[in-house]
Amino acid sequence: MNWEIVIGLETHAQLSTKSKIFSGAATAFGAPPNTQASAVDVALPGVLPVLNVGAVEKAIRFGIAVDATINRRSIFARKNYFYPDLPKGYQISQFEIPVVSGGRVVFRVGDEEKTVRLTRAHLEEDAGKSLHEDFHGMSGIDLNRAGTPLLEIVSEPDMRSAEEAVAYAKTLHALVRWIEICDGNMQEGSFRCDANVSVRPEGSAQLGTRREIKNLNSFRFLQQAIEYEANWQIEQLEEGNSIEQATVLFDPDNGQTRLMRTKEEAHDYRYFPDPDLLPLAIDEAWLERTRAHMPELPAARQSRFQSELALSEQDAASLVSDRDTADYFDAVLEAVDPDDSKAAAKLIANWINGELAAALNRAELDLTDSPVQATALAGLITRIMDKTLSSKLAREVFDGLWNGEGSADEIIEKRGLKQISDSGAIEKLVDEVIAANQQQVADYRGGKQKAFNSLVGQVMKASKGKANPAQVNEILKGKLDSG
Amino acid sequence: MIDTSLKQLSADLAAKKFSSVELTGAYLDRIEANDAAINAFITVDPDVSLAQARAADERIARGEAQPLTGIPVAHKDIWCAKGWRTTCGSRMLENFRSPYDAHVIQRFNEAGAVNLGKTNMDEFAMGSSNETSFFGPVRNPWDTACVPGGSSGGSAAAVAAALAPAATGTDTGGSIRQPAALCGVSGLKPTYGLVSRYGMIAFASSLDQGGPLAKSAEDLALVLDTMVGFDARDSTSLERSAEEYARMLEEPLQGLRIGLPKEYFGEGMSADVRKSVDEAIDEYRKLGATTVDVELPASELSVPAYYVIAPAEASSNLSRYDGVRYGYRAENYDDLLDMYCKTRAQGFGAEVKRRILIGTYVLSHGYYDAYYLQAQRIRRLVARDFAQAFEHCDVIMSPTSPSTAFRIGDRTADPVQMYLSDIYTIAANLAGLPGISIPCGLDGAGLPVGLQIIGNYFSEARMLNVANVYQKQTDWHLRKSPVASN
Amino acid sequence: MSLTLDDVKRVAMLARIEVTDSESEQILEQFDGIFKLIEQMQSVDTTGIEPMSHAQDVVARLRSDAVTATDEHELFQSVAPEVEADLYLVPKVIE
Repeated sequence: MNWEIVIGLETHAQLSTKSKIFSGAATAFGAPPNTQASAVDVALPGVLPVLNVGAVEKAIRFGIAVDATINRRSIFARKNYFYPDLPKGYQISQFEIPVVSGGRVVFRVGDEEKTVRLTRAHLEEDAGKSLHEDFHGMSGIDLNRAGTPLLEIVSEPDMRSAEEAVAYAKTLHALVRWIEICDGNMQEGSFRCDANVSVRPEGSAQLGTRREIKNLNSFRFLQQAIEYEANWQIEQLEEGNSIEQATVLFDPDNGQTRLMRTKEEAHDYRYFPDPDLLPLAIDEAWLERTRAHMPELPAARQSRFQSELALSEQDAASLVSDRDTADYFDAVLEAVDPDDSKAAAKLIANWINGELAAALNRAELDLTDSPVQATALAGLITRIMDKTLSSKLAREVFDGLWNGEGSADEIIEKRGLKQISDSGAIEKLVDEVIAANQQQVADYRGGKQKAFNSLVGQVMKASKGKANPAQVNEILKGKLDSG
Repeated sequence: MIDTSLKQLSADLAAKKFSSVELTGAYLDRIEANDAAINAFITVDPDVSLAQARAADERIARGEAQPLTGIPVAHKDIWCAKGWRTTCGSRMLENFRSPYDAHVIQRFNEAGAVNLGKTNMDEFAMGSSNETSFFGPVRNPWDTACVPGGSSGGSAAAVAAALAPAATGTDTGGSIRQPAALCGVSGLKPTYGLVSRYGMIAFASSLDQGGPLAKSAEDLALVLDTMVGFDARDSTSLERSAEEYARMLEEPLQGLRIGLPKEYFGEGMSADVRKSVDEAIDEYRKLGATTVDVELPASELSVPAYYVIAPAEASSNLSRYDGVRYGYRAENYDDLLDMYCKTRAQGFGAEVKRRILIGTYVLSHGYYDAYYLQAQRIRRLVARDFAQAFEHCDVIMSPTSPSTAFRIGDRTADPVQMYLSDIYTIAANLAGLPGISIPCGLDGAGLPVGLQIIGNYFSEARMLNVANVYQKQTDWHLRKSPVASN
Repeated sequence: MSLTLDDVKRVAMLARIEVTDSESEQILEQFDGIFKLIEQMQSVDTTGIEPMSHAQDVVARLRSDAVTATDEHELFQSVAPEVEADLYLVPKVIE
């Protein structure tokens, strides 16, 4: 039998506010234990929560970005359960009416465009951390993270493979960073996924029983966990067993999922509206203000790159894979200020996706930390466009830029890298090369094209690479063919 | 010094007839001499109180006094006061020293009032008789074999026994008004949202409201001025411009329309209570008021609705007492789960556990709609009834409690009977309306009867006026309990 | 409706309160009376009535996104049952 895998993701994006969602404590990562746990976060008797406008603002931005409904009135509810890292004995979350309903995320998997519908996105608070290193058989609790704002983004079960799930998660990851609501730092837990996985016979309209894989904090684990889990479920079904609804954990060490609890052991969370928090109202004016401050979204920017700048879909998609890259591209283009923006765009895209990406990759740097700033690259592009530099020389200049030797023009000057475009000078070099290589001249005239390339090479070498290759070609060809 | 009104105390302090240190010392002496019989206080700290009194005297000397500067006030042990043991009447918080001040405590401190001590209360404010306190029952100063009412029983008894000129309480279902009635003092529960709940240990968040207990309406007005105030740390705190609650105390009651709900004068009320309340209403007629019959049909379901909503909220509010960050932790346990279960089994008393279990049950899977949502819908009906009633009247009057003080131990075996003690007070909490109880008579055994006045939202000044004019005409509020005369 | 001993035990576990068998039975007995009282609510038809969660019909007031709290962990932990290395200690947490 052929099996279809059905996946839905619940993603927790930590919202990049300065203070917590219900208290005035800082949210910075890595502070000494409990130094960022205020009276409210520690849940002292008598303390009360007050909602942070910044967290709501970021939820609204997300709703706008995924074309969702922003509920004009949403409700905070208490999710009750006991855990040492949950100081109040309940988590403040949203249950019946979340701040964001619906929406969709569109992305490509290979050549195919894929749309994943969103169920909802709701605001909630994060829990603290249990540290499991041994304190004489006890665990230590650090409440610094308690109360950090989260946006839980719930998708419909619209994905059909681990690849699709990863592509969705990556798109969502890029999006939350793009609209500046989450730093996306997966190692620090700022962006983590739970995957609901089920399988069913291909063609079946009914969903299979799902198991939820908790807390996947890297795309690689997401992929591995889903693949393992789906295979495990298929194996079970093929052996005639049934799947029991359950929550499982992924163990990266052995690449397997293991049972955490079954549906029977599931919590009874006793959700009810939090009496300490009044309904959250979002009016049209607030929505309009937020809309006005939204950056151009990736899809819009990609289509602009394709239609106005005639970039290929591949180039454009690659440039909008994250906001930094797209902004960098726009900054270079603006600084170059070319007559022919389409030609410039193609050249800039090639440099960003090629030389620059490779260099960053080698140095394990992010674009934001690039030693070559947008204006510096623009200086280089300008000199390529006006034919001062050949592509070979340009790469040398790029190395100079990377090493901080100054601007493109300074490097060209210092290293004497200016391309020779003076036809007289080139003609002189060509004549010298022809005179010294009569055998190859004869070979060329006898029909061996290879000999021509060799002669071009000789001229370039004699010019120390600075001769304009197009001119060399033209002049050499003229002389050989007329001789 | 002891039987004086707050206004007079304030004037005497200003005139240097006596100092705050002397006044505070006099009350501390009375507590020392009489509280063993009453058990109104859980914590008294004379050094701290007297230090505050000295500071108040200096402030008075500098001419910077406010009305409450130098006046000792006792606080229900539900308010967090920095450095003070704050127990909420529970073993769970037996040794909890609050690291911060409640907003209300801050306001008293800023006003220069002296913290006279922390008063006894039903555990986590759950009770109507003060018998659920871990620190033992409070005894009624009129008859020490009787309960003072609850949950602010310590505060009511302290005022009734003249152990404090005024006190604070909190009222979730009648916890200020009912003990005020049973102890023969005046008590006011303000409109929900006027007094910040920040630092007031939560019982049922959507119903809890702090307020004053004192000897007279005039005194209540003065203390209320200090308690009311916007607080950004409480999301339900209302942003309103300050008002002086004594501003219309003396206005004549000519034309006052008093609503009398028949649902509050039915079965279950003792004959003595009915007689005193009827007489009080007659007195109001003499003062120029007219009475009108109003209907509050949903009020009859306010007790069942309350015993769903309050325990539901409480079950969640009290989850934080888990033995991890503060408070009691069981000594012996096997593992984490066992630590939780034993800590909470040993740290909470029977009534608190009972309500946590009721609340957990009504919120649990499959029961939410039938219980919690139904209770919230009835709550809406209760509020609507009041809105309609107030189209025909200015205030609503009723007995505060169906009976006068009952004997300690009489109702502990039957929770339902105990819950019905609050039958006349609960509806105002559900609706969020203000309510006052003032003394209006004594029963055959010489125990006080309370008259409840419920007003529309934010009508506290008018209600205090209604109470004050009556008190100027009668002397029930001036009757002294035997202990107060000691 | 009538509650069972199992209901009491299940709810006590949810609430993390240890109850002995005899306590459960006593609680069950009291619940009988209390839930008879509560069941009176079912006598009214509330179809179409919006549930009321708050005493006033107002919406949330929000705070600005600013850090206003300072580090007070020493003060807060001075009232904690068990602390080491600035961490609250609890019996081993097993996931």
